[in-house]
Amino acid sequence: MASDPKLENCALKPADIARRVAAELPDGAVVNLGIGIPTLVGNYVEAGRGVMFMAENGIIGAGPRPEPGEEDKDYINASREPITTLPGASVFGHADAFAMIRGGHIDIAIMGALQVSAQGDLANWTVPGLGKGGIGGAMDLAAGAREVYAIMTHTMKDGGLKLLEDCTYPLTARQVVTKLFTDIAFIEFTPDGPILREVAEGLTADDVQAVSEPRLHTNGPPGALTREETP
Amino acid sequence: MTSDKVYPSSKAAIADIPDGATILLGGFGGAGIPENLLVAMADHPARDLTVVTNHAGFGERGLAVLLRQRKVRKIICSYAFHRSAFVFRELFLEGKIELEQLPQGTMAERIRAAGAGIAAFYTPTGVGTQAAEGKETRTINGRETVLEHPLAGDVAIIKAHRADSTGNLTYRGTAANFNPVMATAAPLTIVEVEEIVDPGVIAPESVHTPSIYVQRVVRGEDLGLRSET
Repeated sequence: MASDPKLENCALKPADIARRVAAELPDGAVVNLGIGIPTLVGNYVEAGRGVMFMAENGIIGAGPRPEPGEEDKDYINASREPITTLPGASVFGHADAFAMIRGGHIDIAIMGALQVSAQGDLANWTVPGLGKGGIGGAMDLAAGAREVYAIMTHTMKDGGLKLLEDCTYPLTARQVVTKLFTDIAFIEFTPDGPILREVAEGLTADDVQAVSEPRLHTNGPPGALTREETP
Repeated sequence: MTSDKVYPSSKAAIADIPDGATILLGGFGGAGIPENLLVAMADHPARDLTVVTNHAGFGERGLAVLLRQRKVRKIICSYAFHRSAFVFRELFLEGKIELEQLPQGTMAERIRAAGAGIAAFYTPTGVGTQAAEGKETRTINGRETVLEHPLAGDVAIIKAHRADSTGNLTYRGTAANFNPVMATAAPLTIVEVEEIVDPGVIAPESVHTPSIYVQRVVRGEDLGLRSET
C-alpha cells in the first residue's frame, strides 16, 4: 500500500489484520492457518474460545511455538515451524488430513492471497512466469474448507490492484473466498457480490472503492478497522 | 533381533534399486524424512529415477544430493519452487529435470488409490485451475470434479519412528505425513526407523502401518541427520 500516502497512513499492520481475523472466527471452529499473516491469527485467539488449529501435515490441536530449546523435530506445522500440542490434540498422516479437508470437516481455511476476484475466486499459489511458487495444500484447502478467509494487502507495492473483476494470476480455486481481510478493508462475498463491511480508520468507502476493481456494495455505513500499537 | 525384513545397513536396504525406478519418498518439512536411506542413495548408482515427494528438496543435502548428481529424471511433488529448493529450481530452469506438480491432497489420494485398488477417482480439488488442465471433468451431485488416477511407486522409501522385526510400524507426531500412505503403494517398501523392537512390543491396536506393507526395515545409522534447512 505504497502508492497513496493517505491509504498508507491508515493501513493496518499485519498484527492488526490478524487480530481482526481472530475476532471473526466462531467459537469452537476447526481452522487451518496458511503461511504468512495467517499464522499470526493464532496469537489472538483466546484459549477459552475452543478454536482448534488444524495443519494439513497431520495435526488437529496444534499449540503455540515451543520455548527455545524445547523444539521437537517431529512436531511441526505446515509452515515447517516447530509447534506444541494442546490437550485433546491428535496426529495423522496426509491421506487422512486431506480426507478431512476435502470432506468438509474443516470449518475455515485462512489463507494469504495474491489476487481475489469479484466472484470470490482465489489466486495465491504462483505468479505468471517459470519456476515460481508451489501448490502445496492450497487448492485442496480452498476447495474443501467450508469457508475461506483470505488475507492480503489491498494493492501491490506499485499500486496495482489485487481485488479484481477477474484474477489474472493462475487460480487456486473458483468462488471460494467468503471473507477478505486487507490492510484497509473487510469485505464479505455474498451471492449479491462483495459487500464492504469495514474500512480502516481514517478512510471512507470511496477510498476503498477507488483501489478495488469490482463494485463494492455497502449495507449501511461500514464499521471501523482499528489499529493498535504493534511492534 | 533379526528377521528377513531387518537389514543391517541403509546401504544394504537400497542396494538393488534399479535405474528408472519410481520412488515414493516420505517426509514433510524436516519431519519424517528417511535421511540415512537418502545418504545411501547418494552412493548408489541407480539413475533416471522418478521421485514422488512433497517438496522438491531443501538446501544441499538429502534429496538435493541426488538432484545434483543428476540421478533424478523427474520430480512429482506438491510444492516445487520453495526458496530452499534452489538445486531443483536451477536444474528445472536449465531444462535438466521434469516436473509434475499437483495439489498435496490429490497427491496423497492418488497414492492412496494406488495402494487401495481404486482405479481412479473424482475430486473437487483443482477445478478451474492449471492442476485440472488436460484432465476429464465431470459434475457430480451439482459439483464439478476432476478425474485423477492412482500414483504407484516401484519402491517406497519412508521413515517411521519404530518398527518391530515383522515390519509393523509406528510414527511420531507430525512425522507420519506421507509415510503411511506411501507404504501401501509400492511392491517394495523400505523403512528407516529409530528403533527396532521384538514382535509383540508394539500392541496390535497401536500399529499404524501393518507389517504386510513393509518389506525392509533398517535402523538409521545417524539419527541426528537433518537435510531440511
